[in-house]
Amino acid sequence: MSDEAPAIEVPPLTAGPADQGRGHLKVFLGMAAGVGKTFYMLREGHAEEEAGRDVVIGLLETHGRADTARVAEGLSIVPRLRVSYRGTVVEEMDLPGILRRAPELCLIDELAHTNAPGVEHAKRYEDVEDVLANGIDVLSTLNVQHLESLNDHITELSGIRVRETIPDAILGRADEVVLIDLTPEALLDRLRAGKVYPVERIDAALNNFFRIENLAALREVALRQVAEEVGAKRLTTELLGSREESLASDAPQAVGERLLALVEPYPGAQRLVRRAWRSAQRLGAELDLLWVRAPGQHLSDDNERSLAALRQLASVLGAKMLEEESDDVAAAVAEVAEQRGTTYILVGRSRPARGLARLRVPLPQRLMQRLPGVDVRIVADRSRRASSEQP
Amino acid sequence: MTVALIVIAAAVGILLGIAAGYWLPPHGRLAARDRPRPVRRILLPFSGQAISRRSFEAAVRLAKAENAIIMPAFLARVPMNLPLESALPVQCARGMPLLEAIEQRVSSQGIAVDSRVGRGRSARDALRKLLEEEQFDRIIVSADEDPRAGLSYDDLRWLLERVPAEILILRPGPEDDRRISAGAVNGHF
Repeated sequence: MSDEAPAIEVPPLTAGPADQGRGHLKVFLGMAAGVGKTFYMLREGHAEEEAGRDVVIGLLETHGRADTARVAEGLSIVPRLRVSYRGTVVEEMDLPGILRRAPELCLIDELAHTNAPGVEHAKRYEDVEDVLANGIDVLSTLNVQHLESLNDHITELSGIRVRETIPDAILGRADEVVLIDLTPEALLDRLRAGKVYPVERIDAALNNFFRIENLAALREVALRQVAEEVGAKRLTTELLGSREESLASDAPQAVGERLLALVEPYPGAQRLVRRAWRSAQRLGAELDLLWVRAPGQHLSDDNERSLAALRQLASVLGAKMLEEESDDVAAAVAEVAEQRGTTYILVGRSRPARGLARLRVPLPQRLMQRLPGVDVRIVADRSRRASSEQP
Repeated sequence: MTVALIVIAAAVGILLGIAAGYWLPPHGRLAARDRPRPVRRILLPFSGQAISRRSFEAAVRLAKAENAIIMPAFLARVPMNLPLESALPVQCARGMPLLEAIEQRVSSQGIAVDSRVGRGRSARDALRKLLEEEQFDRIIVSADEDPRAGLSYDDLRWLLERVPAEILILRPGPEDDRRISAGAVNGHF
C-alpha cells in the first residue's frame, strides 16, 4: 500500500501488577476493508523486529493484495493448521504452534474471524486471549462493523448484516487501539484501482457495501468509537490507576455519558424523549427513560395509550424504558441514576403545583441535592416560543 | 371582644385561602377535567423527510372545526434483515426532527397534539399496525406524486377499502412543492 492513511493512536494504559506476564494487545481498527490495517500491522512488525524483538506472523490474510504480501516479506510465519471440515480442508491459525514457538510479538490478522470447528476455540479473539495469557504481545486488526454493539446500527446504515462479531469488551481490553483512517473518496479510489478486491469483485463492491454514504457513516462510527476509547482509557487511568482495577470495576464513569429522561404518560412526554434522544445522539451516549409511578396509581385510557406510545417510541429510538413504583420521585430517580451510572438527567417543565405542593422544593432542585455531579436539564416546550413566529 | 373577632375572621380567611389554593388550579384557569375534551382524533401519517403543507393545513382546519387532536405519526420501515423490534436510529434521525416540527406548528395554533411512531416492513405495514392498536376518526394523507416518498396509490386504495375511519386524500396540487420539513424546527433540535 503506497498511499498512507493517517493513524490515530489511543495511548496505552499503564500496566498494573496483574498485567505482569500478560502480553500487550494492540488493535488496528478501520472503517472497512482496504483502509490499510494489515499493512500498518506488518510495518510495525518490521519495526519491532529491527529493534531486536522476536516477531512472527501468526495469521495473515492478504486477500490476494500484492502490496500486502510484499510488506509481509522478511517476517517469519507460523504455518497454518489444516482442518478437515465437511469434506473440505480449511486453513486456520495454528494456536499450539504459536505457543510452542513462543515469540515476543505475534501478528494475528482479523480478530473477528470465526474458526472452523475442530480447532481450540470458536473465535479467533479467544485464540488471541490464549496468546496474550502466555505473555506474548499481539498486533491484530478489526473492522468497526464487527463490534457487537454497533452491528444493528451498521446493518441499518449499510443494509448489510455482518455475521462475524466480537464483544465490545475485547476491544475495551486492548492496551492500544490505532484507527487507520482514510477518506471515503480515497478508499473508493483504492478500490477502483484494484488495490482492495480483484477486478471481478469491484463492481459488486461499489454497488453494495462500498457506497460513499456507507463509508462516510462507517468512518464517523469508527472515529467516534476510538474517541470513546480514548475518553474511557483516560478516565480509568486517572481514576483507578491500575489496569486490574479498571477491568474489575464495572465503572460507569469509563463508559461516557448516560442520559436519563423522566417521563410521564401524557402526550407532551414524547417531545421530551425526542429531545433527550437527540442530545444522546450528539454525545454518543446511552438513553434511559424513567417513569416513577405512584403506588396504586390508576391510569385512564388516554394515559394507557400515551404509555404504550412512549414504550413504542423508546423501542424505535433504542432507548431503555424503566418503570419504578414510589411515592418519592426524587428518591426513586436518584436510586435509578446511581444504578445506571447516569451523568445527565432531563426533566420536562413541571405542571403547575396545587395547594400545599406549591411549598415543596421543585423536583430539579431536589435531584441536584441528591445527585451532586449529575447535570439536570429542564427541557423547554419550544412550541410556546414558536407561537409568535408561525404564520 | 373586637380583637377576638378580628383574629377569628383572619383565621377563617386564611383557612379559606388555603382551601381555595388547594382546590382551585393556579391562575384561575379551568381544571383540565373541566375543559371541553377533544372528541376526535386525526391521524397525519408520514414516512418521508417532509409532509405536504396542504395536508398539514387540512388537518389544522379540521382539528379547529371539530375540537380534535392531531396525531402526526412517523412510519419507520424495518429492513427485512432486521428483527421487527429493532431500533432504527438512522431513520429516526430523519423522522424525529420532522415530528418535532409538526408538533411545534400544531401546538402553536392552540391545537392538541399527540404523536405516534409506527414500525413495520413498509409504510403500509407500519400504518396497519398502528391502526390495529388505536382508533382514529380521520386519516389525512396526500396523494404524493412521488409514492416512494410515502404511501403508494396501492396503499391509498388499501386505506379506503380496509380502514374503518374517514379517509381524506388530498389530490396532487400545484402547491405541493410547499412542504414542511425538519428544517422548520424552532430552535436547535
